[in-house]
Amino acid sequence: MSIFINKDTTLVVQGITGRDGSFHTKQMIEYGTNVVAGVTPGKGGQKFDDAVPIFNTVHDAVAATGANTSVIYVPPMFAADAIMEAVDAGCAMVVCITEGVPVLDMTRVYPFVKERGARLLGPNCPGLISPGQAKVGIIPGRICIPGNVGVVSRSGTLTYEVVYQLTRAGLGQTTCVGIGGDPINGTNFIDCLDAFEKDPHTKAVAMMGEIGGTDEQEAADFVKHHMTKPVVGFIAGQTAPPGRRMGHAGAIISGSAGTAAEKIEAFKAAGIGVAVRPMDFVELIKAKLH
Amino acid sequence: MNIHEYQAKEILRGFGVPIPNGKIATTPADAEAIAKELGVAVMVKAQVHAGGRGKAGGVKFCKTPADAKEKATAILGMQIKGLTVEKVLVTVAADIGSEAYVGIIVDRQRKKPVFMVSAAGGIDIEQVAAQTPEKILYLPVDTRYGLRSYEAMRMGFFLYDDVKRARQAAKIMQQLYAAFMASGCSLAEINPLVATPAGELIAVDGKMVIDDNELDRRPEIEALRDVSSEAPSEVDARNSNLTFIKLEGDVGCVVNGAGLAMATMDLVKYYGGEPANFLDIGGSSNPEKVVNALRIITADANVKCILFNIFGGITRTDDVANGIVTATKANPLKVPIVIRLTGTNEEIAMKILTDNGFTASADMDEAVIKAVKLAKGGQAA
Repeated sequence: MSIFINKDTTLVVQGITGRDGSFHTKQMIEYGTNVVAGVTPGKGGQKFDDAVPIFNTVHDAVAATGANTSVIYVPPMFAADAIMEAVDAGCAMVVCITEGVPVLDMTRVYPFVKERGARLLGPNCPGLISPGQAKVGIIPGRICIPGNVGVVSRSGTLTYEVVYQLTRAGLGQTTCVGIGGDPINGTNFIDCLDAFEKDPHTKAVAMMGEIGGTDEQEAADFVKHHMTKPVVGFIAGQTAPPGRRMGHAGAIISGSAGTAAEKIEAFKAAGIGVAVRPMDFVELIKAKLH
Repeated sequence: MNIHEYQAKEILRGFGVPIPNGKIATTPADAEAIAKELGVAVMVKAQVHAGGRGKAGGVKFCKTPADAKEKATAILGMQIKGLTVEKVLVTVAADIGSEAYVGIIVDRQRKKPVFMVSAAGGIDIEQVAAQTPEKILYLPVDTRYGLRSYEAMRMGFFLYDDVKRARQAAKIMQQLYAAFMASGCSLAEINPLVATPAGELIAVDGKMVIDDNELDRRPEIEALRDVSSEAPSEVDARNSNLTFIKLEGDVGCVVNGAGLAMATMDLVKYYGGEPANFLDIGGSSNPEKVVNALRIITADANVKCILFNIFGGITRTDDVANGIVTATKANPLKVPIVIRLTGTNEEIAMKILTDNGFTASADMDEAVIKAVKLAKGGQAA
């Protein structure tokens, strides 16, 4: 039915009492996500919105509620520690929404998470949603409907744009995943493509990439050799001037690697349908599903 | 963030890396005085955030103080890749025996900082990497343990057969690594690392790029920022927590999220227009950000139409709507505005906008087509 999160997801929110954490916790609960606990050091024993118990540490939260997934809304300088705390407490899935995490912090976090067999999504990502089952993060629930398209993207708002257009055309989704645009992130395109290939309900995949790096080229190679399901792709930044940073630490064009043209070529070579505009996903996916 | 060569060298010197003596000059007379004080042949080097300074004529060898004055006169005020040279580094000219390359960069694929060292330094290292990859040693470092002694020694022996030099190089690797970690770098380079005929190693050029995300916790590094070397509109945007890059077109774009901002620019171009800028108002919403964004965009005389494309997630669209209303009340717009807005709190946002005489659509393509038309002087449909 979905990848990474589903009806059985039990969620702990790190930073539940902060501005963004509290706002999006309410949205997640409203969507139907099973939010079982929150963590804010010093506020243990209180309740969020008179309903969700707050703990001082993730260990306490997991011990008391059995939460299997964590979502992180803490300030950037504390995010690395928050991720490791969640993994150490036994959360198998950790989603870090926080933007601005120093990349050297992530060089320590990444092997820590891998060695313990947990999955990290992000940082600097919008999270994920399995329509009709659960949402973890900040993707607006009302733009999604259940269906059989898997969505994976490096961007946040561009993901919403494409999902919104799919939904308006009646193309529902199994899971929409925003992997984030930072240089070092926990989950990449290939992890998601692999999971969608194995998910029996996903019939086609929409993939949104950006200029910078070689993740999309490697994803294209994976599609070519390991996927039987159709994939449609888009690259943002076709008109971006070379060598300029466009907000994401990852979106840097270095040398010949990472231009939009190069990535689109790789998509074509792998048999991935290329959407020139975000709205093109609709027709391309419809055609692949028939 | 980029820092200048002289600043990178000061940091490296602080960690023990051998650096030739030198000082910074902003006038030819200063350059002459520094050369006199150093008392030997010097190099006069342009301090700008651009590569290829040597090829552009921004790095010169000077035998005498008078020579240094003359070369500094030529270099100061010179344009290198569109940047004006305002400072030169006057530094002892090294006696060059051999030149090596030493660099460390955070690598996306390995998810670690990776050392790259080569005995074929001083020239274009990209060319060495492409044509003779065996001449480069790549060494990833696990930051949880730091650079181990044997790893540093392996790099030392890759560069030099002589054990004394290899040990000296290994020590420099440790110092470079320490400086890289302590300064929150995404890149640090010594190119060339020179071995003098007398057998000493010295770092003749140094470069550091700092991860912007580190700056909040490293005020001493943030203080090295050279605002004069950046476009004023980009400085203003950064002070307002916006990411802004000025381009040449006439459709001013205000978007939330880098990916959607790039896709919006692509779409403007697709429908026959030219984006005037990249502007990302970022995730967390705050009406003040929108006010600042509009101020920065309207300061560009080329802008003929303003296009908002907001897809609310963590950004609440009502905050954006309030920002538009506040900003345009204080400073009425002289150019048309096209607003596309959907997502979190969309109903509230739409009401705020209509109550204040604005129209907004929920469709991205429709908004972009309209903005392109208005920028060309046409009437909106």
